Order: sequence, then C-alpha cells, then structure tokens
Amino acid sequence: MRGRLARALDLYEYQGKELFAKYGIPVSEGRLATTPEEARSAADALGGTVVVKAQVLTGGRGKAGGIKLAATSGEAAERAREILGMDIRGHVVRKVWIERASEIEREYYLSIAFDRSAKKLLFMFTTEGGVDIEEVASSNPDALVRLHVDPLVGFRPWHGRRLVYGAGVEDPSEQKQVAAIAAKLYEAFTGCEAMLAEINPLIVTPEGDVRALDAKFTVDDNALFRHPDLAELRDVDAADPLETLAREKSVTYVKLDGDVGVLGNGAGLTMATVDVVSFVGGRAADFCDLGGGGDAEGVVDALEVITRDPQVRSIFFNIFGGITRCDEVARGILQALGQMGIEHPIVVRLDGTNAEEGRRLLREADAPNLYAEATMLEGARRAVELAQAG
Amino acid sequence: MAILVDSDTRLVVQGLTGSEGRFHGLRNRDYGTRVVAGVTPGKGGQDVDGVPVFDTVADAVGEAGANTAMVFVPAPFAADAMYEAIDSGVGTVVCITEGVPAHEMLRIHAYLQTRDVRLVGPNCPGALSPGKANVGIIPAEIFREGAIGLVSRSGTLTYQIGHELAQLGLGNSTIVGIGGDPVVGSSFVDVLALFEADPETEQVVIVGEIGGDEEEKAAEFIEVEMTKPVVAYIAGFTAPPGKTMGHAGAIISGSAGTAQAKKEALEVRGIRVGTTPTETAELAAHVAAPPVA
Repeated sequence: MRGRLARALDLYEYQGKELFAKYGIPVSEGRLATTPEEARSAADALGGTVVVKAQVLTGGRGKAGGIKLAATSGEAAERAREILGMDIRGHVVRKVWIERASEIEREYYLSIAFDRSAKKLLFMFTTEGGVDIEEVASSNPDALVRLHVDPLVGFRPWHGRRLVYGAGVEDPSEQKQVAAIAAKLYEAFTGCEAMLAEINPLIVTPEGDVRALDAKFTVDDNALFRHPDLAELRDVDAADPLETLAREKSVTYVKLDGDVGVLGNGAGLTMATVDVVSFVGGRAADFCDLGGGGDAEGVVDALEVITRDPQVRSIFFNIFGGITRCDEVARGILQALGQMGIEHPIVVRLDGTNAEEGRRLLREADAPNLYAEATMLEGARRAVELAQAG
Repeated sequence: MAILVDSDTRLVVQGLTGSEGRFHGLRNRDYGTRVVAGVTPGKGGQDVDGVPVFDTVADAVGEAGANTAMVFVPAPFAADAMYEAIDSGVGTVVCITEGVPAHEMLRIHAYLQTRDVRLVGPNCPGALSPGKANVGIIPAEIFREGAIGLVSRSGTLTYQIGHELAQLGLGNSTIVGIGGDPVVGSSFVDVLALFEADPETEQVVIVGEIGGDEEEKAAEFIEVEMTKPVVAYIAGFTAPPGKTMGHAGAIISGSAGTAQAKKEALEVRGIRVGTTPTETAELAAHVAAPPVA
C-alpha cells in the first residue's frame, strides 16, 4: 500500500547533503561514522565543535535525542556511542553524520514538492523555518510563499525573485543566495526526478552565509532505471527483513500487525481485501500483492514471505484473474504446500480467468488445510474465523 | 454509444510485436475490437496474425485509418510512444504500461492541454464497452452490457466490482481504468463528464483509493455538474499511514488523502459510499431498480 501511495526512494540526510553539494547547494562539511571510533576520527579531521546526527529515515530526531553537540573528538565518540543503536520511532540508528557545528542567525524553510493535484512542481519558502512547517501553513499562511513551476517552462530567475521578495527577505546578499539555492534545488529535483526536496532549516550564519542544515530528498522509484547512481543509495539493511525478502522475490509486501495473511492480485483489490478482513472483525497481518502476472513461482515466493511472519494464523488468497490465471495460482499454492509444509489454514477465493480449472485443482488435491470460498466476503469471514480459532 | 471506445474504434497497438502486446492486441481483436494496425519501429511491412505492422503511428493513421492508439511498450520507451501517438492524428490514446516516471507524466499532462487528444493511463487496464470494443487488458467475460458507467483507479478491484454488479444482473456501458499513478492523462472528473454526456449511461460507479485528491475533486464535480446518480467505493481504509519524509506533502493539497477523508468528501455531497465491493454493487442495484414504496 505504501508502494502504491509513494513509490519512492528516501535518502538519508548525509546522502541528500552529498547530492546538494554536487549540485552546488552550500552544506556544512561532514563525515559519516558507524562506530564511536570513526566518529572520533571524523571529529578530529573536521576540527572544533561538531554535531553528531543520527541517520534515520524518519522525522523527530532532535526531540528523540538523536542530534547532539560535541566540543571535542572524545565527546563526539561518546555522543556517537549514545546515539548508535538508539531506536527512533522504530528506526534503529546504524550511522551517524558528524558535521562541523554551525552558528545560526536565522532559520528559513525551502522545499520543492511534486504537486500531483495541480500537476506542477511546487516551491514553498518561508523565513519562519526550523519549526513545524505544517504549523506555519495553518497559523500564518501568508508567511509561506507557494509558487508553482510549469513543467514545460521550467525554473526561471523570476521564480527565485518571487520567492525571496514574497517572503520578505531584505538583505540583498541573502536574496541572491536564496534565489541561487532555489535554482540549484530545482536542478537537483528535476535532474534526479525527485518527488520531494526539503531544506529545513535553511540557515543564515552571523556572517550572512546561507546554507542547508538538513536535507530530505525522495526520488521516484519509476525513474531509478535511468539513475543507477541513485538506485545504489537504497539502504536495504534498514528495511523490515520481510519487506527486503519480498523485494528480492519481486513481491509487493507491507507488514501490518494482524493475524490474517492477505494475498491478492493488484494493489486496489489487495487493499480492498485488507479492508474487508477488518470489516468482518479481523485484522490483516500484511498487504501482499502478487501483481499483474502472478505465476506459480510468484505464489510460492509470496507464501514464503507471508509464512515467515510468526503472527500469521491463517492465510486468505483473494484472486480475481485477469492477466493472472487462477489455475497458475492454484498450482503455486499446491507447489508451496508440497515444498514448505505450510500448516496454516489457507482460504482461497478464485474468480476470473481459468477460475474453474483452479478450483478443480485445489479440490482434487484434497489438502486438509485448504478452504475454498465462493466470494470475497465469505472468504474473509472464514479466514478471520480460522485465525481466531487457531 | 458508450464512451472512449466503441464499434467505431479503429485501434493501432504500439508494441504489437512484443509478447504482451501481441497477446492482448489479438485478444482485443477476438473480442470484436477493430485492430487495424500495429507499430514497431523497424518492423514496418511485417504483420502479426494478419494485422499490418507500421514503423510509425502516423503511418498507421494514414494507411490503416487508425483513430485510437494503445501503448504496450516497455516503461523506458512509453513516454516517447505516448508523445508519438498524441502527435499522430488519433483522438484517443490508452497507455497500459506500468512504471512510467512521474516527471515524464507531468510534461505529458501539460502537453496534452495544448492538444485535442484524450489520454487514458498510464498504468491502467484500459477501457471496455461491453458488446462493442475492448482496448486493454480488462477480462471482458466478467462484464455484461448495461447502463452503469464504471470508472476506477484500480485494475483487479474494478473486475471485482464489475463481477458483483453482474451477479446482481447489472451491466455496464463502459468500464474505464484511469490508472493508479500520481499523474494520469484522464482524471475521474474527465471520465465523469463523458459519462454524464453519454445517453447509454444511466448511473455511474466510481472506485477510488487512498492518495491524492482526485476523489475529492470528483465529489465536487458530481454535486455541481452531474444529473446522473453516482455511488462510490474507496479502498484503503485500514492502510497504515505511509512513513512521511518531510512535511511538504501534507500541506500541498489540503487533503489528507486518506480513505476516510475521501468518503467524507463524497458523503457530504450526498454520494453513497459502499463499505465493501458487495455493498457498493447493492447500492448501485438499488439506484437502478429502487424498491417500490
């Protein structure tokens, strides 16, 4: 489901900053560390006071204690020891970014988003940065400049001027720097086919230099085939192990917290199946989409992923054959039963292409833990009953 | 009459010589769709089971009289194929291909505003007017001829609802899958306008899902512009909130994009929303044949 919502690759802050640097957006100098010792030598190399920042793909790091100052390299090692291994909203910190500490005079906010409603790219800029931008948008909407860019025209210098004048940036040097950063951010956004690029805060130092102090950057998965350098940035170790296994097997899988393993074909039908399981009083253990094709091998792979989840007590196959052939799905189920010795009760509902043949195969196999149901609703009811009985 | 595809459709399949294009192109022909040409650059002069193949879509329009193009080429080449089709002289382009980069679709969508061509998709199952024509991958045998227009962002969920309607003895004028990507050629509103104008369509079922705000826009359009009854289904009520990076997404459209928000936007305008596909079909049946008081 997450896949359908936002097929995207999220970059870590340090990856985003390296990308910014490549596009000429000023960032503070920093180093990556995975151990306290590496943090110590990074701090030594940078010199002076540094910031130790947890690298996790979630917000709220500061509040969770994942960002700390260190005056010496010894302190940097200590702070890294505290932060590494920390759990921030379910994300375990395995890397820290050690960065030269910045003096901050003012904090701004600058972002570009893919506005699917307007079907344009959308700049947002405010001089009230560093805080929760949703708060600014609702409490002081006039402070937030929103500016669409027509995809056929692209970024023009006036866009930059409109942003800085609109937000009331007065210092001419600052105006020039922010406008230049906006132009470069647009270049990075379109060059990398991003869905979101956010700098919060964009700081102004006491010397008047404008710099990105944070980086959130999300790339469209569908575009990764032509950005192999970006595709390599995906951190497969950070993902849920079941989701990683699923990705290896080319199965779309999202872990949920119930006990009915749901498997469907197509994102919409699978989503609806998860809903119906909940409607009849149960809870899905996952969202698993076989996709458009769904051959026997794909079914075996999907069952392998689903049954690894110890919470699963029953499995519900809801298949509406189109391109997917129900006989192939039935063969996959029988193959998996033979290979893996699955003991969970499996409720199967087949309709559409070759459904008769699929049902016949399952009937003839006469497996004790296979239950055929005629409709989606009955299938969901049966699967929930079996999960609760098990 | 139906909408988008009918017995006047003369289809050119871009990618007809590929395995998927061949399979579905010929299946569409078997259904009764007039498949007049295929296009594969470099294979002009060949044929696929009697269907002539041309090097360009313009040739297929000029020589075979194609008026509708179906794009069935791999994702890296799909944007180019769509532009070619848009500029070839056909009136309708249906792109089945999944995985087209979103930035490409932004530009294509902007370009379309300057052309008198309708695009359906990408990442969609196509359009089917039962008894008349099938353009795409929708399994036609599930659906019956009838008066309900069905428009959906999903593929298989559409089949589920079409099946439930058929079980209740109801059929469809046209089934349109608009595609699940963030930017698609035709929106719910575009297709609803076509159904409103179509004399064969008496009511419409709209099948939405989480993400974006197209259902909310549809709700407003239905209230203001439509005289025909509409019922809806939304998938994704129990979807966990996606991990959100940054905050820009939530404040762009002013819509939360959740199933609940969409349901409320529809219901506040008097549009009934079914809790399950089964209940949605029952709501449609109720509209088609209200019980006698």
